[in-house]
Amino acid sequence: MAGLIDSVKVRPLLQAASVLLCVLLWHVAATHRLNLHVLSFANVPPPAEVAEAAWRLLHSPKLWPHLSSSLWRVGLGFGAAAVLGVGLGLLIGRLRWAHLSLLPPLEVLRPIPAVAWIPLAILMFPSSEGSMVFITFIGALFPILLNTIHGVESVDARLIASARSLGTGRARLFAEVIVPAAAPSIVTGLSIGMGTCWFCLVTAEMIAGQYGIGYYTWESYTVQAYPSIVVGMLAIGAMGMGSSVLIRRAGDRLMPWHRPQGAAR
Amino acid sequence: MSGAQHHGRVRIEHVSVELGDGGSRFEVLHDVSLQVEPGEFICLLGPSGCGKSTLLGALAGHLQPARGTLQLDGEPIAGPDPRRGLVFQHHTLFPWKTVLDNTSYGLKMQGVARAERERRARELLALVGLQGFEQRYPRELSGGMQQRVEIARVLINHPRVLLMDEPFGALDALTRSRMQELLLELWARMRTTVLFVTHDIDEALFLADRVLILSPRPGRIVEELRVPFERPRNAALLTQPAFTALKRRCLQLLRHDGDGDAPPLERLTPLGPPQPEPAWRFAT
Repeated sequence: MAGLIDSVKVRPLLQAASVLLCVLLWHVAATHRLNLHVLSFANVPPPAEVAEAAWRLLHSPKLWPHLSSSLWRVGLGFGAAAVLGVGLGLLIGRLRWAHLSLLPPLEVLRPIPAVAWIPLAILMFPSSEGSMVFITFIGALFPILLNTIHGVESVDARLIASARSLGTGRARLFAEVIVPAAAPSIVTGLSIGMGTCWFCLVTAEMIAGQYGIGYYTWESYTVQAYPSIVVGMLAIGAMGMGSSVLIRRAGDRLMPWHRPQGAAR
Repeated sequence: MSGAQHHGRVRIEHVSVELGDGGSRFEVLHDVSLQVEPGEFICLLGPSGCGKSTLLGALAGHLQPARGTLQLDGEPIAGPDPRRGLVFQHHTLFPWKTVLDNTSYGLKMQGVARAERERRARELLALVGLQGFEQRYPRELSGGMQQRVEIARVLINHPRVLLMDEPFGALDALTRSRMQELLLELWARMRTTVLFVTHDIDEALFLADRVLILSPRPGRIVEELRVPFERPRNAALLTQPAFTALKRRCLQLLRHDGDGDAPPLERLTPLGPPQPEPAWRFAT
């Protein structure tokens, strides 16, 4: 039995069957307007209607504005968070004065969820565009910063000693040893940051946006276009997953020497 | 590969080293004095935790002695320097660099052009028997091969003194004896001064001109043995009666000092213990 499950041919079939089964359960629950009292499927659109709504969106002239404004906001917020998070992380992880002077205020801000910043962000930024990018930025900053700090702090002390004994000056040590040694941890931070980025963006768009995937999802609710809600949700999931995969691929490309533990070559 | 007979004189005078902070500060080495001639092969032999590695750390310039002076060719030792090459028990190759880039790293730091430094690295890699492995990454090599690269990476700087901290301690017996022979071969070519730390009596007697025996903490030099065996040496030496006699003497000296039943001291790792590579996970 175990042999059958592990066979390369059977595995994707099994995985696909599992997804199909879930869609089928959804279809049955939605078409029969299943009511379990604590939760009801009476207003949940069935899969066929969702597919139809997706088809409509694909041919709508509004698709590109929705997608591009979301991508643009994520790009800006994530880009700023990556630059600042990695930069600050390298300094804080390596330099004692930076650790003592820069980390405390960041530690105070860290436990505040990015979503809790929304009201203040709206007050702080003259344009709603700015406040949404800011929320995205805050969401991505801390995972990137903390993973970078962790990566720098866990660089093997013997590696640094060796590099110094081979004639590495203090400034070159950063580029030659610290950054590459911390790179796997930094990429992990970027990948997690990308996930939280989408999460925060969608929330911000629901409140302040005019275009964007999050706005589309919320608007569908307010105009009672229920199938479109699910289309928006699936689109958000796809975008978030896609961008995380992209980062992971880029990481593998840039670090051919690195393989996760336990993975075969 | 020119010799360096005129360089590599090491002078250690009344050196004491302390480790730890504040109340937990303790003396690791006590009043150690030692003169090493250029081109000499010295083995420091002693039990775990006696401060052998600490002495190498101080010579490499990574640790500051509490008292005493350390000199190389009349110059006081201040901070790390490529003229004093350091080799650890577990390799410290850069995992993100190929064998070739690891080996030529020291020349890169000196500003040598890429073509020239790669030529010299290839030469040295051939000398340690790693031709054809230039483009591999360290994790793709066996432990013995990793140590060969580590040694090549240090030798490319033509160090005046080679500081080796149990460099073959983690290898299997067969690989270890091959590496010992390779090291003697390289040393015969380059004639650099070597300070070699080990707790393996066979290894010390096979390699050294002089063996210095250290006491448990705080480490002091308790005895000095001249090793008279002719060079070049090979593994057959290990079974000769003269070798066995000297080995017996070493054992007596090591057992005699202090009480033989004392529990072994905790291994000191003044430059930090080797760390496993962190796992790379994606928590999305």
